Amino acid sequence: MPIPAGFTPSATETQTAARQAAFDAVPDPTTLVSRHEIRDALIERHTAAVQDKLDAAHVAIAGCGGLGSTVAVALTRIGVGHLHLVDFDRVDMTNLNRQQYFLKDVGQYKTEALKANLAQINPFVDVRIDTVKVTDDNVVDLFGDADIICEAFDVPENKTLLVNAVLEQLPNTRLVSASGMAGFRSSNLISTRRVSKNFYFCGDGETAPKPGAGLMAPRVGVVACSEANMITRLILGEEDA
Amino acid sequence: MIVNGQEEQIATPISVTDLIKAKGFVPERVAVEVNGEIVPRAKRAETTLKGTDTVEIVTFVQGG
Repeated sequence: MPIPAGFTPSATETQTAARQAAFDAVPDPTTLVSRHEIRDALIERHTAAVQDKLDAAHVAIAGCGGLGSTVAVALTRIGVGHLHLVDFDRVDMTNLNRQQYFLKDVGQYKTEALKANLAQINPFVDVRIDTVKVTDDNVVDLFGDADIICEAFDVPENKTLLVNAVLEQLPNTRLVSASGMAGFRSSNLISTRRVSKNFYFCGDGETAPKPGAGLMAPRVGVVACSEANMITRLILGEEDA
Repeated sequence: MIVNGQEEQIATPISVTDLIKAKGFVPERVAVEVNGEIVPRAKRAETTLKGTDTVEIVTFVQGG
């Protein structure tokens, strides 16, 4: 998505330079913690049997906006072993109302900023990034090796393209998609549905953004975490929605 | 035929392309499954539905 027409960036050159300096100055997280300490902490919460399954999982996330960045944070926190982030866009100021970025990240590619932020949670999760636009022609190359694909795009035509392309070209890969999450209608309208054997759908199915009821962190977060929980269920052997 | 869980009286045979149109959906914003299998976008026009089919039309709106 381009920067919305209703917002004009007004940062000074000094502020823009300070954002870049802050982005470049985050600590190397591997100096802060060992693999062993993080694993012990996760096992304390999850048990070794559960953690071994989470460690082994490969999840691809298509889109790193309000859905994808939130899914990625949730899966990183529980120590899902292998994440693949795909997005072509950069962070802008209007993303911060719902996406898991910080002021230092404004102007950076979402894939690179998210990978760096995830590393501050758990630097031992294997995070691969591709800063490209998804098309019918690269779906198999990008997502062919994933156990589970998370559809987390914003533009409806892009959501549709990915879902159709995955169902057509990768029918044996589990796909978790989402639509209908704008505004502040009841969370209880949001559900997770198993559409077919490998295809799950989260959201209220219909609520698009409109003036006064745009995309906001709480409700987008409910849907994102519905996706993240469905992905977690699949990793841990539960196939029902 | 059953469309999104509801029994509907739709004259058959009808193509998937025509069903999308009849329901008022935008083709670029839907995925269609018939009896649990995706109908490839390139085959919507030639895929004909019958009254015993179970159809899921998944629609996508802005937001993510």
